[in-house]
Amino acid sequence: MGLATRIIPCLDVTAGRVVKGVNFVGLRDAGDPIEIAKRYDAQGADELTFLDITASSDGRDTMVHVVEQVAAQVFIPLTVGGGVRTIADVRRLLNAGADKVSINTAAVENPAFVAEAAARFGSQCIVVAVDARRVDSEGGSGWEVYTHGGRRATGIDALAWGRRMEAAGAGEILLTSMDRDGTRQGFDLDLTRAFSDALDVPIIASGGVGGLEHLADGVQFGRADAVLAASIFHYGEHTVGEAKRHMASRGIEVRL
Amino acid sequence: MQMGSTGMRIAVVDYGMGNLRSVAKALEHVAPAARVVVTDDPKELARAERVVFPGQGAMPDCIRELESRGLRAAVLEAAARKPFLGICIGLQMLFERSEEGDVAGLAVFAGNVVRFPHERMVSPDGRKLKVPHMGWNKVHQVRPHPLWRGIEQDSRFYFVHSYFVAPVDASLTAGTTDYPTPFTSAVSAANIFAVQFHPEKSHVAGLRLLSNFVAWDGLSDGGDVSLDAGVSPEGQVLPRAATDVNQP
Repeated sequence: MGLATRIIPCLDVTAGRVVKGVNFVGLRDAGDPIEIAKRYDAQGADELTFLDITASSDGRDTMVHVVEQVAAQVFIPLTVGGGVRTIADVRRLLNAGADKVSINTAAVENPAFVAEAAARFGSQCIVVAVDARRVDSEGGSGWEVYTHGGRRATGIDALAWGRRMEAAGAGEILLTSMDRDGTRQGFDLDLTRAFSDALDVPIIASGGVGGLEHLADGVQFGRADAVLAASIFHYGEHTVGEAKRHMASRGIEVRL
Repeated sequence: MQMGSTGMRIAVVDYGMGNLRSVAKALEHVAPAARVVVTDDPKELARAERVVFPGQGAMPDCIRELESRGLRAAVLEAAARKPFLGICIGLQMLFERSEEGDVAGLAVFAGNVVRFPHERMVSPDGRKLKVPHMGWNKVHQVRPHPLWRGIEQDSRFYFVHSYFVAPVDASLTAGTTDYPTPFTSAVSAANIFAVQFHPEKSHVAGLRLLSNFVAWDGLSDGGDVSLDAGVSPEGQVLPRAATDVNQP
């Protein structure tokens, strides 16, 4: 008995409202971030992740305000990502009450940014988000890094990138399969396992959860250290408590 | 509401490392009548009735920032006489030396800060255990203490760290956690209680510990609680105290 596998509801936020897209297109409004955060907290969420999917700087100011309000009422770890591009962005979110920030596109554009942020604030608060898509390539891991919400290919091998980000000081990897995101077919378990076996830092599996069995599969077959999901929780299909009970029934240690 | 905390000054030591807002917000939540000050002013630390010593990031940076802000003496002074709560690196800095950057600590306690040994990071069922140790793990209360009051034995708290303390004096250990072998996750001695986990991020159990800290006079140690509250000699189960935390 020991460390519990974390279940992390993810809230995509734009203009102060939670939304969840299907393959990042066709957004639906699922409500107020503070109320949702409190609901997940009461259900036993181990952590919460907020992804700011607005591009504008106005939207990011709104996000800081959301984080401040959530952090004053919800006493579990909060991760905030989306549009984190500068040391000042990191500092502002941490000061607002975020425990970790998630860096995605900015890491690809400037890998030194991750090292600088980790050196400045500590690896414990730097999550690197890797959006990966399966590719047919000779000699690579079989997955490529995508940026800009999965729209832009980078030509970078995903697993090599994960190793590089770990070396740069990432304390955790938020790994999203762009092939599975929004499909409800389950995590890309091969991708998750490849990362978890190759890296020493925790891997959060993301993208594709359509049922509780997918969460447990991510841990048992993908060897994920934490699992992240959005839509199965947002629309009341399942509570976090149900997810934990399901995982416990499969022999996975959870915080009940 | 916490009784007896009206107007109490609780200082959170700010030396420029990490998220102190969470600690302050959690303290304000459990002690709304207290005055929580996030400060790098030694005079504020001297004035406070309770001192919280948090810490995030790397210990060499924390020690350097503490020194550069002239806070070492004020922190040591507080640790010598006031109810004092160390959190994460704030626990580690109380020891003599850390493997992280081979840096000297404040040496309040004898012992070093060591890294999880890479070769032993395998679970009983053969899974690789990641470092940092990140997430919710159980804290085993090895003896009673006022700060454990109302917290169930083996409750889970939120951890994120790669190093842990190894006290020379085993009697300092107030709590242990397995990852995969047991390490000291809480220490106490006289007016000091210090934890490797983050009570400010540990939901009900963490808020309860902070509430207990606000209520603690820093004098009574585990032995008194054992007699007063009728805890079993092993200190396995602590009764719920009369005052309750405001639940979120």
